[in-house]
Amino acid sequence: MDAIIIETLIKIVVVVLIFSALGGFGTYFERKILAFLQRRWGPNIVGPFGLLQIIADGIKLFTKEDIIPINAERGIFIFSTLIIAVAAFTAFVAIPIYPQFTVFGYTVRPIVIDVNVGLLFVMGVMAVGMYSPLLAGMSSGNKWSLLGAARAVVALLSFEVITGLSILAPLMLVGSLSLIDINAYQMGGIDNWMVWQQPIAFVLFLIAGFAETNRKPFDLSEQDAEIIGGYHTEYSGMKYGLMMIGEYANMFVVAFLVSIIFLGGYGEAGSIVNGEAVGAWGGIWLILKVAFFFILFVWVRAAWPHIRPDQLMWLAWKVLMPLAVVNIVITGIVMMA
Amino acid sequence: MFEVISFYFFAIVTLGAFWITVMSKSALYSMTALAMGMIMISGFFFLLNADFLGVVQIIVYTGAVMAIYAFGMMFFDTIKEVKEKNPSNILIFVLGGLSALLVVIIFAAPMYSEHINALYPMVTQTLGEGDQAIEQVVLNSESVGVVLFTKYLIPFEVAAVMLLVAMIAGIVLAGKKMDESLTLMSDAEIEERGF
Repeated sequence: MDAIIIETLIKIVVVVLIFSALGGFGTYFERKILAFLQRRWGPNIVGPFGLLQIIADGIKLFTKEDIIPINAERGIFIFSTLIIAVAAFTAFVAIPIYPQFTVFGYTVRPIVIDVNVGLLFVMGVMAVGMYSPLLAGMSSGNKWSLLGAARAVVALLSFEVITGLSILAPLMLVGSLSLIDINAYQMGGIDNWMVWQQPIAFVLFLIAGFAETNRKPFDLSEQDAEIIGGYHTEYSGMKYGLMMIGEYANMFVVAFLVSIIFLGGYGEAGSIVNGEAVGAWGGIWLILKVAFFFILFVWVRAAWPHIRPDQLMWLAWKVLMPLAVVNIVITGIVMMA
Repeated sequence: MFEVISFYFFAIVTLGAFWITVMSKSALYSMTALAMGMIMISGFFFLLNADFLGVVQIIVYTGAVMAIYAFGMMFFDTIKEVKEKNPSNILIFVLGGLSALLVVIIFAAPMYSEHINALYPMVTQTLGEGDQAIEQVVLNSESVGVVLFTKYLIPFEVAAVMLLVAMIAGIVLAGKKMDESLTLMSDAEIEERGF
């Protein structure tokens, strides 16, 4: 019993450390890739290839004066910054971030808890993260922030439906909500990946993922040209930093979900066939897939203009939702036949 | 030990959140505390090994309270304090008394619960053979599904029909004059049509 508690605590600390560090590196990679796509240099002054820019940004965020506007609702203004980071890290609890491996004869399973409703848990907790822009916008006492909050609600209510419906068809095929079972269903090479069986669901889930993480082209609630900074207009210093860490962690959650559900995850790695460990490179492949989707997030940001709220609702309710429902019906008919 | 600690943690946080919901005069604090309490309740489901219900609790109440926020944003200045009217002391007395009675009944309920039997108790299946046999509980989401589509099929379908009716009613109510846009009309036209 004690061993399990200690192991779980260590895993939690490791997950939080890795993904908050990745949040910092994420900003660097995002700026570097954006610069490459737009034929600029990006950060290149501080350190080799501008790598130490992360530390410079960190020092800046930590030492900046922390302003709370006089009209803001103080308690909730502070509380809302925590929600997005906490929700994003909690979502990682049910995600297998690496296949199981053995160190010094001790088998490590890099998933904090394997709840048998893992996927639902991750998506539910990610939705809780949307409270952060909402509360931040409503408590700031600033009209731009309030508009950002209203847009966050619109985005959530439109896209939560697509996320749920698009994932339903793959789940019907797998018959389980555990991400480990979903990974096991796709074992045995590229042919068995879910994306070939459910291409529509893959595209829909990816689009919904962009909306859930507030990325272009669906970054309604923080579009600087229209509503200044949106919900985080009034935030500065570490509060702003915490929100950014949460956003990047959310991007990694979506990248992990897409890679595991549709692109085979880590494949056969960690399983043993005829007494031999197989698929040793599975974990590396999973990380490469996640990296690809992270780059895709940045790539889309560089390539696409952002859309208006009414266009987002039109897209969600009139195009994507009917497509998702038709996909479910067809999958059901094929499974029955 | 660990379960007891987490039970008391969730109990205190949930009760505290709902206390703020009732006592706070700011709509923003009330709604935030409501959302927090609702999400914290899922902790009890996880403690009871009802993972599926716990996750459903999170998903459903996130969306539901989010809609309340949307209404709050439209109808109030949520940062201002709400002045509450107090029409009669008798009403408060009666409602308070009823709630107290309810709490007594809730605490007395475990005395009777011994006589209640679950019609569909947790199903277990045996894995392995001989000495290595393990009794394993059939997965949570599956048992919910089995009960939902056998014993509770009719209530389930009726609830679905009710939701459909509510959705159609919502569309009918909101759909009036949807093909006309107030932003595209001139002021004179709006006056004339009497919006």
